[in-house]
Amino acid sequence: MQNRFPLWKNLLVLIIFVVGIIYALPNLYGDDPSVQVSSTRPDKLAQEQANQIESAIKTAGFAVKDFEFKDGLVLARLNSADDQLKVADLLRDQLGDDYNVALNLAPTTPAWLRSLGAEAMYLGLDLRGGVHFLLEVDMDAAVKQAEDRYNDDVRLALRTEKLRYQSVSKDNGFIKVKLNSADDKPAFLTLLGKDFRTLDVTEPSEQDQVWLKLSEKEVRDIKKFAVAQNMTTLRNRVNELGVAEPVIQQQGENRIVVQLPGVQDTTRAKEILGTTATLEYRLVDTEHDVQRAVEGHVPVGSRLYTDRKGAPILLDRRVIVTGDQIVDASSGVDQDGRPSVNISLNGVGAAKMGKLTQANVGKPMAVVFIEYKVETKLIDGKKVRHKQKVEKVINVATIQGVFSHRFQTTGLDSPQEARNLSLLLRAGALAAPVDIVEERTVGPSLGQDNINKGMLSFVVGFALVVLFMIGYYRLCGVIANVALAFNVVIILAVLSMLQATLTLPGIAGIILTVGMSVDANVLIFERIKEEIRNGNTPQAAIYVGFEKAFATILDSNITTLLVAVMLFGFGTGSVKGFAVTLIIGILSSMFTAITGTRMIMNWVYGNRRVEKLSI
Amino acid sequence: MFKTNINFIGNRNIALIFSAVLSIIAIGSLAVRGLEMGIDFTGGTLIEVGYQQPADLTELRNTLNTEGFSDATVQNFGTTKDVLIRLKPHEGVSSADLSAKVLNAINKTTKEPAIVHRVEFVGPQVGDDLAEDGFLALLYSTIGILIYVAWRFEWKFSVGAIIATFHDVIITLGLFSVLGLEFDLTVLAAILALIGYSLNDTIVIYDRIREDFRLLRNKSTEEIMNSAINVTLSRTIITSLTVFLALVSLFFLGGQVIHNFSIALLFGVVFGTYSSIFIASPAVLLLGLNAEDLMVPLKDGAELMDDRP
Repeated sequence: MQNRFPLWKNLLVLIIFVVGIIYALPNLYGDDPSVQVSSTRPDKLAQEQANQIESAIKTAGFAVKDFEFKDGLVLARLNSADDQLKVADLLRDQLGDDYNVALNLAPTTPAWLRSLGAEAMYLGLDLRGGVHFLLEVDMDAAVKQAEDRYNDDVRLALRTEKLRYQSVSKDNGFIKVKLNSADDKPAFLTLLGKDFRTLDVTEPSEQDQVWLKLSEKEVRDIKKFAVAQNMTTLRNRVNELGVAEPVIQQQGENRIVVQLPGVQDTTRAKEILGTTATLEYRLVDTEHDVQRAVEGHVPVGSRLYTDRKGAPILLDRRVIVTGDQIVDASSGVDQDGRPSVNISLNGVGAAKMGKLTQANVGKPMAVVFIEYKVETKLIDGKKVRHKQKVEKVINVATIQGVFSHRFQTTGLDSPQEARNLSLLLRAGALAAPVDIVEERTVGPSLGQDNINKGMLSFVVGFALVVLFMIGYYRLCGVIANVALAFNVVIILAVLSMLQATLTLPGIAGIILTVGMSVDANVLIFERIKEEIRNGNTPQAAIYVGFEKAFATILDSNITTLLVAVMLFGFGTGSVKGFAVTLIIGILSSMFTAITGTRMIMNWVYGNRRVEKLSI
Repeated sequence: MFKTNINFIGNRNIALIFSAVLSIIAIGSLAVRGLEMGIDFTGGTLIEVGYQQPADLTELRNTLNTEGFSDATVQNFGTTKDVLIRLKPHEGVSSADLSAKVLNAINKTTKEPAIVHRVEFVGPQVGDDLAEDGFLALLYSTIGILIYVAWRFEWKFSVGAIIATFHDVIITLGLFSVLGLEFDLTVLAAILALIGYSLNDTIVIYDRIREDFRLLRNKSTEEIMNSAINVTLSRTIITSLTVFLALVSLFFLGGQVIHNFSIALLFGVVFGTYSSIFIASPAVLLLGLNAEDLMVPLKDGAELMDDRP
């Protein structure tokens, strides 16, 4: 009954304690409001450009705390959040489109800590401010688009194989092919087996027909691809928006979480994330009368559009160039000072454009702006998904000469619109429309307020528990408090190591853990007291108290852990943050309250004659 | 510090009647009034704005009314300068743009522009999912607890633990229903944490009952339960106190956002403690627990006796 720990056990506890302190330490250092500048072009920023940025900030009269230039990325640390916003605006104005200006909170962790890989916890949006979006990908639209594509491909294949057909049409998820003669069917089936293995083939009783349907695997693949493609596009768009540390994650089968820390202009963010905007170039139909078309006699080769002012215009049915042939786009102004978008096409697009402009010099060409808007409306209590394809002719200009790779488009309302359009064209189109199904915006002031309130209630709660423990258990209470402090350090260290997200409910979880984790010590101490009442010596009481309380602590904590894990599994967002701190808190409190307390008890009382315990 | 000998089990009927009455009130209120579900579950829009001066709520209400947001509820949030505007999912209006429209509307009439603290929009489909996930978390927790306690103890204990825990949950939900407090995601998290806490308390007492069953073979079940509850009473109360102290700090200083979270836990801790003492053990007794149920591990008990110094 020595109540001594072997050396290795003492060392182990002390090592964990030291490691805990090192990894919890970065959280004591605050953040610097800072502005981050990177290039939107593939080539990184050069030293020369960095110098220009630095002098631009300084000339405008802002005090720069620190200016870093690393890996083509400029980071200017400033003194206040106010300066940060002003400097960001200044740089956006001065630098233009080729630069990406983002707000950032740069941790002030010293280099020696960073070299150990110690970083501060990641603060959730409710603490740092920002926007959280949950986007739902319209899977039905993705599948429908694929069906359209197959419909066209099958028709094209029939034509190139010289198999004559009466019709190829979509009907209820089927692509129904009606051949001219049933004799062509074997050849068609061979073609399908060769080029269209992703389609399920049905042969109805009509001998000249073949019905095709997307196979289940293909539908699954299309859906998977739609989400993956949308995530890539969203990532590009978010990067273009200039947000530091964005989070883009898939949630469930068809939802995507986008978190933009520090973003305040949610309207723009929503516009950029949600829209599926693209451009199309078409020739204007000058041969037919627009008025007759409005009355319902639209010529076969043409389609009726409206321009910005709502006036009708007839365009050629065939598209010259579509948005996916655009490889680069940037906004600017034309020689008359109007906002414009400079377009670069890929080889295929350029060839088509070159051929067409050559043959049509002097004729008008129109630019069609296409936007998909998805809105969920409640009609009679039911959710109705309303999808709208908005097509507007934004510009009609006469082809002055032959051009192919690079050209300019004007006719946009504002420089802002030109910037947004060029951004969207660069970032690529969404594979399927998305719908914002959840939005949570937290202003920066509320974030700071939440941090302050969380900190204050933690400090006060901790102090109350500590005072109570000392008042009730005397010296043993002090020992329990040391273990409690140790517990908080470990929770912070683990949260930092995992780079888990700390949220306000997460802080509440830590406070709750502070109240709950002394329970293990209470159980042990009450057991020790009981043993003393039963006539045991203090040394024996300590030994037996720890032994007997252990099973109880284990059982009671495992049930709590079980609930916390369920909460983590099913919780979202800030609630998950609560579950994380609760789980870590329960686990680390078992270690600190049992092993940590025991170690100190052994130091204080172990290996000597003890008449009375201060308990 | 203190050694009690209160006849908890003998007087169990008083506690059972008290709990039955409270539970009936809670269930009645939940059935009649229901819960004031937050937008997390119903879907809708919530906007919190701040002003430099105390805000004129009547003016804001009138403005929203004339601008076509007649279903908006406007109330102070914490201070008179902070205002919370809630909107139900709107018929015929795209919900994603609703917040912007509301902000435009209120900025038209007020003297100073509102500072936006937070905007939350939850689509109806997400609300359904969150409610479903919350329910599943509750269900799986319950199943997990049933299995674990049945494995470590005995099935009567696991049913008793679930009865005591649900007693706390129902009464806490009843409080939210009676007072018309908003039930949102953080409150759901608090309810689950409460389940964990209430169980923790109950398990400690069960643990002692099991231990004493093995040690004190000549005593009656009621005597053993009574002594187990009395011996652990000081621990039960002290732990509740420390948790309560931490929560009091959170309640007063943690801010409006987690106010309801703290209320649920504060109230829940009081009832969790009560149910662990007064409900959990009598429930097991009513289920017919006797010494035979814990017969198998008797050998362990004998060893434990020898272990004593």
